[in-house]
Amino acid sequence: MKTALYIFVMALTTYIIRMIPLVFFRKKIKSRFLKSFLYYIPYAVLSAMTIPYIFYSTGETFTAIVGTVTAVILSYFDMPLIVVALSASLMAFIAGILK
Amino acid sequence: MKSDFSKGISHGIPIALGYFSVSFGFGITAVRSGLSIFQSSMISLTSLTSAGQLAGVDIISAGGTLIEMILVQLTINIRYALMGLSLSQKLDSKFSVPQRLIASYGITDEIFAVCSAQNGFLSPPYMYGIILISAVGWVAGTTAGATAGQLLPVSVSNAMGIMLYGMFTAIIIPPSKKQKSILFVVCFSMTMSIILKYAFANVSSGFAVIICAVTASMAGAYFFPLKDEENQK
Repeated sequence: MKTALYIFVMALTTYIIRMIPLVFFRKKIKSRFLKSFLYYIPYAVLSAMTIPYIFYSTGETFTAIVGTVTAVILSYFDMPLIVVALSASLMAFIAGILK
Repeated sequence: MKSDFSKGISHGIPIALGYFSVSFGFGITAVRSGLSIFQSSMISLTSLTSAGQLAGVDIISAGGTLIEMILVQLTINIRYALMGLSLSQKLDSKFSVPQRLIASYGITDEIFAVCSAQNGFLSPPYMYGIILISAVGWVAGTTAGATAGQLLPVSVSNAMGIMLYGMFTAIIIPPSKKQKSILFVVCFSMTMSIILKYAFANVSSGFAVIICAVTASMAGAYFFPLKDEENQK
């Protein structure tokens, strides 16, 4: 019962954070600075989440580097998301076996 | 409209696969922390967030207070408010309040990233599709991990850990090739992230992401303000 309350509070807090800007912010932003700022946010968020954490993602630096290099090369050639994600994972797996 | 929904589903498949592997790990951790399979799966269904859930499970198993739970979730997940603000500019004008209330449930790093990368405005069916398949992957992974933690060999589950990051790479790199401004923001943010990780190790990772995102995007907006055509995207 107590755990259920914690799960509920966790979910509610997270939902409110997501819901407020999306529901209450209806008008188009006019400020050029603010528009530019929001335009860059996704790239900045993903960059910060990827580096340096990608190098820890497989539990072993060597296989993570192999996977990262694979992902960077395939991304550079505009491969689809799923191809990049699966290939990076596959190469990290193979690197782990061959090592 | 049906095609928008299936487009959302197909764009969500890589997210769902990545989520499955990550939440598999979460399921294992949650059960080890003393939660049941049902409770672990309910957490994934209702919160749909990685770092926040992990911190939440720690608080539950350590017997922390509800206030602590709220504060930790606020700190780790406040980035979603920033993403919601950014997404609010990309929503189709047909988006009603109830539809916004539903779509809010699915603002995650990955869904936000894929939605932001779309040209033009986002429709409700598209967002429902991408959210639905991603949530299915996230919850199914949790249930599977909680039920059969030792099912996969370690070599496989370790290698699966890189999937989401591989997807991030595929989202960041192509636009960085085309736009110098995006490349600047990406490099700025990565540098900040490295500095925070190694020089300020006591800053939590959720908070570090906020600092990096805000400073890098402000620098980008200051040095490379958008021209009018780019605003239409």
